[in-house]
Amino acid sequence: MMLNIGGLSQGVVIDHIKAGGAMKIYTYLNLENLDYSVAIIKNAKSNQMGKKDIIKIEGSLKDIDLDILGVLDHNITLNIIENGTIIEKKNPKLPEHVTNVIKCKNPRCITSVERDLPHSFKLTDKVNCVYRCIYCEQAFERR
Amino acid sequence: MKHIISPTDLTVSELSDILELAEEIIQNPKKYANVCHGKKLATLFYEPSTRTRLSFEAAMLNLGGSILGFSSADSSSASKGESVADTIRVVSSYADICAIRHPKEGAPYVASIHSSIPVINAGDGGHNHPTQTLTDLLTIKNLKGRLDNLTVGFCGDLKFGRTVHSLINAMVRYDNIKFILISPDELKIPAYLRDEVLIANNISFKEVKVLEEVMPELDLLYMTRVQKERFFNEEDYIRLKDAFILDAKKMTYAKEDMLVLHPLPRVNEISTEIDNDPRAVYFKQAEYGVYARMALIMKLLEVE
Repeated sequence: MMLNIGGLSQGVVIDHIKAGGAMKIYTYLNLENLDYSVAIIKNAKSNQMGKKDIIKIEGSLKDIDLDILGVLDHNITLNIIENGTIIEKKNPKLPEHVTNVIKCKNPRCITSVERDLPHSFKLTDKVNCVYRCIYCEQAFERR
Repeated sequence: MKHIISPTDLTVSELSDILELAEEIIQNPKKYANVCHGKKLATLFYEPSTRTRLSFEAAMLNLGGSILGFSSADSSSASKGESVADTIRVVSSYADICAIRHPKEGAPYVASIHSSIPVINAGDGGHNHPTQTLTDLLTIKNLKGRLDNLTVGFCGDLKFGRTVHSLINAMVRYDNIKFILISPDELKIPAYLRDEVLIANNISFKEVKVLEEVMPELDLLYMTRVQKERFFNEEDYIRLKDAFILDAKKMTYAKEDMLVLHPLPRVNEISTEIDNDPRAVYFKQAEYGVYARMALIMKLLEVE
C-alpha cells in the first residue's frame, strides 16, 4: 500500500520533533519491527522551530506506546487521525516512571556494571521534563 | 525495616530523634555498651576507606555487637564477578545490618532492593554519603546548640564534593539557613543544586571567590579540599589555591564562636597552625562520627 504523505485516513502524525531527532524516535517506538506504513520527514520548515522533523504512521495505534515520546522530546505534539480528519491534538503524557526505555549514561552508575539491572528513571521535574536515574540520580540528557 | 541510602531518607523528625539519641550516648556511653549484644554488622567495603569503615566498626563494637566484612573488592567475591544483588542476599543471612561502600553510584540502593536486613550507604562514588551528613549535623547541633538560624560557609571544591551537596540538601530543611558558597568559578556548586534545591526552596545564598571578605558573617565554615587535578591548567591552580587555604590570619576575621568543619582527610587546605584554635572542630567531628553511627545503628535495629 502506498502511504499518502499528505493525509492519513487513520493513524498519527508526530509533529514538532526537534530537527534530527526523528530516527531516534523511530527506533524507540520499535517501528522497524512493526508492520506500519511510516513516513519520516526531516528538516521540514517550521515557523516556531525553524526546522523540525515529522513522523507519520498509518494504521491503528494499539501496538505503539506514545507516552514514551514525552520522555524523549517533550515539545512533540501528536495529531491523532481517524477517517481522514484530526480528532485529537495532544502533547504526550509524561510517565512518572520509565523502565528500559532510556539508558543511564553515567559511567559511574551501578547500571554500568551490575548485570540484569533494569534502567529505570523517575520524573523529578514536570516543568522541564527532567528524568533522573533511580540509582545514581543523574538526569537523562537527550542530546 | 528502613534503609539509609540518601541523607534525605530521614525526615527532620527522625533525624532529630537520632541526633538526640547520639547526644545521650555522648553523655552516657556506658549505658549503651551492650545494647547490640548478639547483633552483627557487616561492613561491605568495595573500595578502601579508613575513617568511615573504622568508624562503623567502632560504633558497633561500642554497642556490644560484632562485626564482619571485607575492606576491598579484591578480597570479596566481587572479584569473581558476583553482583551486588547476589552478595547482599547472602550477607542478609549472616548479619543483622550492613554498611556498604561502593565506587559505583547507586550500588547501595541496589543492595537495599534485595536485602532482608537494613542497608546503610557508607558512600557511593561521588553520589551520597548520608552518615557523613549525620556526623556533620551532630557536630553542628552539639557544638552550636541548633540546626536553624545559621549562616553556613562552604569553601573549596563545591562542584565535586559530595559531602557539601549532601549537607546542603539536609540543611535546607531547617529555618533561616543562609549559605555562602566560596569557590573559584571552575568549582561552583552544580547547576541542579542551585536551581532545584536552593532557588526552588527560596533559600538565601551567595557565591563569592574570596574567603576573607565573608569570614565575619559566618557561623560555620565547612572546608573542602581543592584538588589540583580539577583545574584545567597549573597556572590557574597556583593562582587560586591560596585563596581557599584557611590559616591563622584568615581566622582573625572570624567570629569568636564560628566553627570550622572538614570531612577529612585534610591535605593543605587548612593550615596546621589553627589545629589548636578552639574553633577548629574537625577532629571532634570525626569523633562524633562514631556516636552518630551508633545512634543510627540502634534506630535501624530498633534496639532501646
